[in-house]
Amino acid sequence: MEGLSFAHLAAGLGAGIVALGAGFGIGKIASSAMDAIGRQPEAAGDVRGTMIIAAALIEGVALFGEVICVLLAIK
Amino acid sequence: MKGALILSLAILTLFSQIVLADHPPGESHLSVSPIDTSHVAAAQEGHGSGDNIGDVIMHHISDSHEIELPFIGAVHLPRLELFGIDFSITKHVVMMMLAATLLIVVLSFAARRRYLNEVPTGFAAAIETLVEFIRNEIAIPNMGEALGIRFVPYLCTVFFFILTSNLLGLVPFAATPTGNISVTAALASLTFIFTQAAGIKANGLGGYLKHFTGGVHPAMWIIMIPVEFLGLFTKPFALCIRLYANMTAGHVVILSLIGLIFIFGQGGANPWAGYGVAPLSIGFSLFVNLLEIFVAFLQAYIFTLLSALFIGFAAHSGHEEEGHEAHH
Repeated sequence: MEGLSFAHLAAGLGAGIVALGAGFGIGKIASSAMDAIGRQPEAAGDVRGTMIIAAALIEGVALFGEVICVLLAIK
Repeated sequence: MKGALILSLAILTLFSQIVLADHPPGESHLSVSPIDTSHVAAAQEGHGSGDNIGDVIMHHISDSHEIELPFIGAVHLPRLELFGIDFSITKHVVMMMLAATLLIVVLSFAARRRYLNEVPTGFAAAIETLVEFIRNEIAIPNMGEALGIRFVPYLCTVFFFILTSNLLGLVPFAATPTGNISVTAALASLTFIFTQAAGIKANGLGGYLKHFTGGVHPAMWIIMIPVEFLGLFTKPFALCIRLYANMTAGHVVILSLIGLIFIFGQGGANPWAGYGVAPLSIGFSLFVNLLEIFVAFLQAYIFTLLSALFIGFAAHSGHEEEGHEAHH
């Protein structure tokens, strides 16, 4: 395989792994959030807000990876 | 539920007409959908032979020196160059100016003199709720009373500008200014400048420089200082990339899903495969569009929140933040 094919392969694999990581991370947050709301329904508003913020931050990291993969695939 | 189904069917019908007939780009944009299906169709035909879908997507995402207006076609925008720096008015610059104008008009309407002395009603009340939210939930908890109130105008500007820019991207024929990395880099640089300025103001120049050493033995300074210095830049860099990638990724997903129709239809060779995929594809695109609206709000909020957080950190603790914001 030459360099270019490696780059495309890496881009595809990388994007998949990034998505996997993000999925795991956000899944864990959502699961803890649901536990917390289950234990204490009055705190639902706070928990929900924090969950959304944490999810957005993790997505930020995931998208870092995606941007790099896209760069790999294009250049 | 029924409404969405009917809407999708309507879009599908319109869409199939576009694919079947050979309309010149200007005409086929009478779609009623909020989705940019018209874009892809126009681009496909505007580029003649239905280019590679990757090129179409790149064309939509990137900045360009032309702007495509609904019934007029492509309009060339002026190029300006000053001292070797390219200041031309490009598509994204036009969108930024549009966002700025919209904000000035709409928000000044909400901030009329009248409301200095009476309780605002209607639309102005909505804006006031948002501003109050920014002041009470974002500025003051993160920056303390005094500093918080002084920074509320900056945070409001950032929030509303990013929100409007993000939402503009969802309007047909408009582009997302914040989908351009230069724009988000500029916004992140502003936050960076304010963070450093607040740090210097609160701790003095000496205190600010001492922050770089991180409280370790002087022998370690040679390692510590460059690391800390670089660490200064990771947070705004993360802000920049987060906003840019969120906005661009959403648009790429929508365009890809719609492009699936063309890919399956193999550029006219097998249109029924294309039609078969169309309901699915448009359904997903609708869903992703709604998600994009949510992401627009969320990203504006996150940018504002993190700016407030960073400025607050810089001004207050210097370096004693345990649970130091992790590298994003």
